[in-house]
Amino acid sequence: MQPVATTFFFYFLSGITVLSGILVITRNNAVHSALALILGLLAQAGLYLMLYAPFVAGVQIILYAGGIMVLFLFVIMLVNLERAQKEEQFNKQWLVGLLAAVALGGLLFAVYVKGGTLFTEHIAQPVENSNTQQIGVMLYGNYMFAFEIASLLLLVAIIGAVVMAKKRI
Amino acid sequence: MLSIESFVAISLIKTVIALFVLLTAVAYTVWLERKVVGHMQNRWGPTRVGPFGLLQPLADGVKFMFKEDLIPPHVYKPLYMAAPMLAVVFALTSIAVIPVGNSISIGGIQTSLQIADVNIGLLIILGVTSLGVYGVALAGWSSNSKYSLLGGLRASAQMVSYEIALGLSLVGVLILSGSLSLREIVDAQSGTYWGVLPRWNIFPQFIAFFIYLMAAYAETNRIPFDLPEAETELVAGYHTEYSAMKFAMFFMAEYANMITVACVASLLFLGGWHGPRFGPPLLQAILPVFWFALRIFGFLFVYIWIRGTLPRFRYDQLMAFGWKFLLPLAIANLVVTALVVAIQS
Repeated sequence: MQPVATTFFFYFLSGITVLSGILVITRNNAVHSALALILGLLAQAGLYLMLYAPFVAGVQIILYAGGIMVLFLFVIMLVNLERAQKEEQFNKQWLVGLLAAVALGGLLFAVYVKGGTLFTEHIAQPVENSNTQQIGVMLYGNYMFAFEIASLLLLVAIIGAVVMAKKRI
Repeated sequence: MLSIESFVAISLIKTVIALFVLLTAVAYTVWLERKVVGHMQNRWGPTRVGPFGLLQPLADGVKFMFKEDLIPPHVYKPLYMAAPMLAVVFALTSIAVIPVGNSISIGGIQTSLQIADVNIGLLIILGVTSLGVYGVALAGWSSNSKYSLLGGLRASAQMVSYEIALGLSLVGVLILSGSLSLREIVDAQSGTYWGVLPRWNIFPQFIAFFIYLMAAYAETNRIPFDLPEAETELVAGYHTEYSAMKFAMFFMAEYANMITVACVASLLFLGGWHGPRFGPPLLQAILPVFWFALRIFGFLFVYIWIRGTLPRFRYDQLMAFGWKFLLPLAIANLVVTALVVAIQS
């Protein structure tokens, strides 16, 4: 079956992602921010699905929306939110932030304008059936070294967290 | 090739049927549990409403609908309202990718007995169940009461911990069948070993099955892992502040999750709908569904049996069991399975 209304779904999911991103930084209550972030991650999973990458979409939901964000929420639920809400939402560095945002925006706009020549027109091939297999081959074949380095970094971070949290090992 | 209109129409019909069957099954699982646990404890269980108390689920449903829906003044209302809905939605969603049998043809239209045949079916089930924890966690937080909060915190810690063992236990099966599609996993289990033993994954993967069983009980917050709602310590845990239909929705979510877990266990370990087929063509078409339902019934019975048998774990025992026993065992099983498959191929 051919995909239907791809344009609509693309703008719909992108809109949700952007909107929830804005909500994450503007909400006073940290729980609301976390919920908005979950929504954004789910919409991103939808975008991955549209790129014919069902495995990435599934892993995005399981790991980010279902795993990491649960831990985020877990910690936030233990924090005294009433005190946090009285504190100032944004710090005084808005000028620097504005400059950085304008620079990044300009860069993205330049890419958008010149994109026609920089990137060749590419239509994703429907390779849904072997997506999982392809990712496995890529990770454990072509990019084995990078993959192992990434897992080593994560291991170091875990050990660091344990050392910091536990007084007596 | 189907047109988009007929595709949507067929999917809608299948969704309505699947939801109706699932919700009926949920209601009668509650009845079965009360009846079986009752007999195990030398009681009768429900007997008054209908023969053998069979109309009890209907009576309960009516009671839940007409009870006063109390919203305590100290709750955070939007999330308090949303939490039971989230719980029930995520619990019911996973039925969409569960196949219950081969394809059938009605009126010239060939359709598979499954709402959506996707090739990452198992990932979707894992994803949706991992999202299910939000219903419980948010209910605990938004209720703004210490018992609810403790229940919600316990639930999220427990579900995140056991999810890892659960996921890893399924990877062994995935290695054996080489697919994430539930239909292909079931098809890979047809036939027999040496002509007698059915080719079910439970035989080569019995350790994985044990891990899955334990982790699934913890995921669905059932005894002996029902610490999120431990009555002796937490009143009722995360749903302490809920009443009427909102409470019933948490109840429904729990039983729907039990049925999902039973479906996954049957599909992945017990050969799905494979079984002897005989008789006229109509019977032959229906029998696979019957065999599948029989497996789910058996699984639910074991669930209830364990509930009637075991006491509750202590919280540190629960965490130690998950992290120090189930997880290393799952990893060891995974390594051995991968090694054997690599040597054989």
